[in-house]
Amino acid sequence: MNFQMPDFSLALPELWVATMACVILVVDLFARGRESAPAFYLTQLTLLVGIWLAIDAQWGRDAVTFSGSYVADNLAVVLKVAMMGLGLLAFAYSRDYLRQRDLLKGEFYVLGLLGILGMMVMASAHSMLTMYLGLELLSLCQYALVAFNRDSRMGSEAAMKYFVLGALSSGLLLYGLSMVYGVTGSLDLGVIREAAAGVGAQNIMLAFGLTFVVVGVAFKFGAVPFHMWIPDVYQGAPTAVTLYIGTAPKVAAVALFMRLIGEGLAGLQEHWELMLVILAVGSLAVGNIFALVQTNMKRLLAYSTISHVGFLLLGFIAGTPEGYTAALFYAVSYSLMAAGAFGMVILLSRRGFEAEEVEDMKGLNDRHSGFAFIMLILMFSMTGVPGTVGFYAKWLVLKAVIDVDMVWLAVVAVIFAVIGAFYYLRVLKMVYFDRVEGGEALQAPAGLRVVLAGNGLAVLILGIFPDSLIAACAAAFGS
Amino acid sequence: MVELSDYLVLGAILFGLGVAGIFLNRKNAIVLIMSIELILLAVNFNFIAFSHYLDDIAGQVFVFFILTVAAAESAIGLAILVVLFRNRETINVGDLDSMKG
Amino acid sequence: MLESYVPILVFILLAVGVGIAPLVAGFVLAPRRPGSEKLSPYECGFEAFEDSRMKFDVRYYLVAILFIIFDLEIAFLFPWAIVLDHVGVFGFIAMGIFVGVLLIGFLYEWKKGALEWE
Repeated sequence: MNFQMPDFSLALPELWVATMACVILVVDLFARGRESAPAFYLTQLTLLVGIWLAIDAQWGRDAVTFSGSYVADNLAVVLKVAMMGLGLLAFAYSRDYLRQRDLLKGEFYVLGLLGILGMMVMASAHSMLTMYLGLELLSLCQYALVAFNRDSRMGSEAAMKYFVLGALSSGLLLYGLSMVYGVTGSLDLGVIREAAAGVGAQNIMLAFGLTFVVVGVAFKFGAVPFHMWIPDVYQGAPTAVTLYIGTAPKVAAVALFMRLIGEGLAGLQEHWELMLVILAVGSLAVGNIFALVQTNMKRLLAYSTISHVGFLLLGFIAGTPEGYTAALFYAVSYSLMAAGAFGMVILLSRRGFEAEEVEDMKGLNDRHSGFAFIMLILMFSMTGVPGTVGFYAKWLVLKAVIDVDMVWLAVVAVIFAVIGAFYYLRVLKMVYFDRVEGGEALQAPAGLRVVLAGNGLAVLILGIFPDSLIAACAAAFGS
Repeated sequence: MVELSDYLVLGAILFGLGVAGIFLNRKNAIVLIMSIELILLAVNFNFIAFSHYLDDIAGQVFVFFILTVAAAESAIGLAILVVLFRNRETINVGDLDSMKG
Repeated sequence: MLESYVPILVFILLAVGVGIAPLVAGFVLAPRRPGSEKLSPYECGFEAFEDSRMKFDVRYYLVAILFIIFDLEIAFLFPWAIVLDHVGVFGFIAMGIFVGVLLIGFLYEWKKGALEWE
């Protein structure tokens, strides 16, 4: 038995977050009756320090440790910083929302933090085992969070649906992993990469494994035809939880894809490329067309997520470092926009009233022109109007696809993006041109306003200066 | 002599039963949780068979982790089920239709 | 290239078939001659005291949920105990941390009152 002491210093961010999650759980247990303020501030502190640790311990490295289970490289750093940053944002939004609904419990932060830990493990996974454990840690926390409001009929129904479909997708993914293990004889993704490239997809078992792995990943992304859970979960979950689920886990899904398929099964690219084309075109079509007829804002954003996932997959289809860069950039910038959009739903809601209908956006300009402007930026950005961060995301993805001579795919994507513009503009029409009788002034707490304003500003600034984020994403793929 | 393919076929049958159980069952949500468990056991079967024929212990380690994660998963599933029952007085899968579109 | 995916299609069809076959077989093959005695519940020859589909107290579920987690996590202790000589101090500390995390979970549920019956 050749046992080597793992290099713990490389895994500092995960160790830190895991330790702090335990500490916060215990602290919250003994510090009752203070609206879980210690848990909240400790969580935010944990994430801030975690970001610093991730950059400090892993940037510029390319090391594998823990007997080949854990990798520290630039990709891991970019993913982790994005995950923790989005987590910070989601928790900041959640505080006032939870307080208004008497849901302010420390468990929210502990579950959220453990979910982020799961995502971080996924970002650094270098073996199928670590990937699976990270994925499950994330999923289990998400199931519990969706049912966080225990008295909500819709919440518990959404949680049940999410649980069954999520567990099914984990099962499909695992079945694929078992086949890949059977063919390649290893759990180590580095070994799998070599072995899979040598065997090729003519091997029936490997083709099996690849198919099931792609299906499992598509489930986690919410790509058509595995998107059934997204609208129900987004609608049924408390909005603060929807905000959490709709942002950072998208980045985690990129990690899942990159580590498992983009790196592990790189040798089978022509095979998974074909499957992804089907998924991407389906997602673009279904997402954009179904979003047109939605009256519920959270459902509308859910279908919009599906369509954005379709766009994101185009970057993977290109299969080049530029394509991966584009997909990563897309995931991060989209998550930022989605956070803002769900934040707007939170802002307009108050105790006893959920502003979930698209109609509730009516007359926002009269009520507060500043937030109407933020909504304008967010919607333009999601549409992909030039000058916004959403435009650069779409542009990079399309460029990557055209570079590999798949012009028709780019054309299809643009057509659906134009269709998608209708429902974003419909929301804006309500914000700016529809009048409501007796529209009252906004009542939202100051903290929430500051967070949303900051979020809107971030989207605006990224739209003007996208270069640094693009450069960071490119550095993740070594170019 | 039991071949590797025999194990794989058995695993595939268990897997198929589990997936079919999820999609055919319209009555009881607890059956869904049992079906999920069946899928994971089918995967375990595959891993153990491969592990034996490849003479590589890693597969069995993976099985250990799948087992414990499956326990945690069914615990969460049961907890959600209890919440669901408290809110709706039923665990009939066909009744879960309050969200449409 | 697509040919290599034919087996997967066959597999999916077979899986669906295997799933449906037992249901259909039960439906077709099983003799159905219900009588009043056959349909009535059997309870050691006595008249049934209550409906067999009685509802359990929800607290049983809570205990079951808590049990299942701790029960299976402890499974990690067995292989560890076998190889304790090989893994040495490092393995001992690692298992200590693992059990410590379980302990935190236990503390949590204790303090939350999940172990109180009333």
